Amino acid sequence: MSDAATAPLGLEPFALPGVEPILEIRDLVKVFPVRSGLMRRVTGGVQAVSGISFTLGRGQTVGVVGESGCGKSTMGRLLLRLIDATSGSVQFDGENVLAMGGREMKLFRRRAQIVFQDPYASLNPRMTVRTIIGEPLGIAGRSKEDTATRVKEIMELVGLNPEYGNRFPHEFSGGQRQRIGIARAISTEPEFLVLDEPVSALDVSIQAGVVNVLEDLQDRLGLSYVFIAHDLSVVRHISDVVAVMYLGKIVEIGPANQVYERASHPSTQALLSAVPLPDPRLERARTRIVLEGDVPSPVDPPSGCRFRTRCWKAQVV
Amino acid sequence: MTDPLSEPIIELEPIEGFAAGPSAPTTSKTGASTATVGHRVDAGDDPNVPLLEVRNLCVEFKTEDGIVKAVQNVSYTLCEGETLGIVGESGSGKTVTSLAVLGLLPKKAKVTGEVLFRGRNLVTMGEREMQSIRGRRIAMIFQDALASLNPVFKVGDQIAEAINVHADGKIGTDDERVIELLDLVGIPNPKARASQYPHEFSGGMRQRAMIAMSIANDPDVIIADEPTTALDVTIQAQVLEVLERVQDRTGSAVLLITHDLGVVAGVTDRILVMYAGRQVETSTVDDVFYQPSHPYAQGLLASLPRLDRRRDGERLYRIKGQPPSLIFLPPGCAFNPCCPAAEPGLCDVTKRDLIEVSPDHLSACHFAQDMFDGTREAVS
Repeated sequence: MSDAATAPLGLEPFALPGVEPILEIRDLVKVFPVRSGLMRRVTGGVQAVSGISFTLGRGQTVGVVGESGCGKSTMGRLLLRLIDATSGSVQFDGENVLAMGGREMKLFRRRAQIVFQDPYASLNPRMTVRTIIGEPLGIAGRSKEDTATRVKEIMELVGLNPEYGNRFPHEFSGGQRQRIGIARAISTEPEFLVLDEPVSALDVSIQAGVVNVLEDLQDRLGLSYVFIAHDLSVVRHISDVVAVMYLGKIVEIGPANQVYERASHPSTQALLSAVPLPDPRLERARTRIVLEGDVPSPVDPPSGCRFRTRCWKAQVV
Repeated sequence: MTDPLSEPIIELEPIEGFAAGPSAPTTSKTGASTATVGHRVDAGDDPNVPLLEVRNLCVEFKTEDGIVKAVQNVSYTLCEGETLGIVGESGSGKTVTSLAVLGLLPKKAKVTGEVLFRGRNLVTMGEREMQSIRGRRIAMIFQDALASLNPVFKVGDQIAEAINVHADGKIGTDDERVIELLDLVGIPNPKARASQYPHEFSGGMRQRAMIAMSIANDPDVIIADEPTTALDVTIQAQVLEVLERVQDRTGSAVLLITHDLGVVAGVTDRILVMYAGRQVETSTVDDVFYQPSHPYAQGLLASLPRLDRRRDGERLYRIKGQPPSLIFLPPGCAFNPCCPAAEPGLCDVTKRDLIEVSPDHLSACHFAQDMFDGTREAVS
């Protein structure tokens, strides 16, 4: 716990130079209580996020990668305060999100939105597409007429036919549903989106369309993204900055091309080398680092470097 | 397949006698010779024909809305020790094709065509005879290992069961053979692990246990249906390595079903690309990747984001539209509505059967030869 509060090696949290920051995350920590026994008393804690710091520039994309259970989704939810952080700070446009009151929160929610992974579970099956996309606008206090025109605009923007507004989610394919999810997220004209595995459930041919929509929207509306995914190829494609997480910590962060071409943390190297390339000759010529074992339990993370139990370079000091 | 990893971290001790198929003498009911490269020969087996030959396989399901043509005219040959990858998106018929091979489709499915295993047609085979092949000569690894393992039995018991079903002897959880199998798939401390339950295993460990179970009877063919889709890349690399090792050791042929073109590129010898229930392209892995001759295969490869390339602001190639309904297939080529190279009056009228664009390279497109020669492209 104590080591979580200190920035690694006393370095300034990574930010691309010359870019105006929209989101500054400092020493973010989330501990989920572990309960056990008859009385369900708190007997310990899982540190899902253990002191994360980085800066998201306006109009930029930070890609967050890591294995399942490394805390990347928890982090995404913390940024929007969908769950409360244990400690740390999230500055959005100069204001601390974690200290906002009800009224401020309501305004913040208009400016920051999320797109979830599962386009089947995240859309209400009993609402029409028009109602789904328009709901945030109603909450934001827009008039009915205003909402109707805006919904049409947004549907066109994400590549959905506005005539389908009266249909229900089940009448759409996976890729189209994900577009509905994106349309809902951008309806209130937010500046910042958390994209939590937005294309993981989609086929490659469909995935390309959704990734392109996200990039087009960013170009047109100047959106800033935190793009969470386990697919390293998609992350490279869409991100300006890439952060690699392992057991609740960022182990490497830097400009996308640099992280992918000159990975300097063993965990990043292993992660990259594990991704099979869609190129038979390259694939045959490659040397793969196959890690031993699984990710350790975050309830009881290894002492020292958290990656040491699987690291081939680990040394006893 | 033959490319050994230069830094193998999972060390597997060679197990004596495994390559010869330790279970063979007890399971071979006919007592036929097992001397040929570790593979048994059952009565009715024809050793002079390919291991598995699928000819014009069609699968249809009757539903309230109409007849779903899930698989149409799929043909392929799987030779001994070979790895064939079947790729395609969800609903393209990859899984149905493999379930049809094992006779695991529901009764309402109408299966036509031939599935010849060592010359014996599995489609018309009786259930009793099928049972002596399923799990023993042809084994299956499913995507969801947690759903495929029984939560109330020890992992060792379940592996022992896979052996006992086909053998007269009854072996227990901690039988030497069970431990040996768990060890072979790289499960550390196999003796203790054998008496644990599936929930005590991690995702990668469960998939290894499934592999152990599938190779328990030293099968000739292993069908792996999306074996690594639910796993992290690091764990996927481990499981694929185990699968390769096991294949090297047992000489089994593998039918690998996946939507991940990266996985296919790394481990298969040949590829079959499916679209809307049809076989659109088949060839060696290199030919499909470097000279794709069907517009769908070209589009699919072009739409992949690349880990090893800078993007420089470029957008991904996108296949327009979406796959057709398998009930109301468009007339002509099924890919025609999405195809940038489609020619009106031809592609929307007649469907092209597979043509050979070069030796062992088949494509089902009117312009397959031009695509292969590079004089026509579907991806601009």
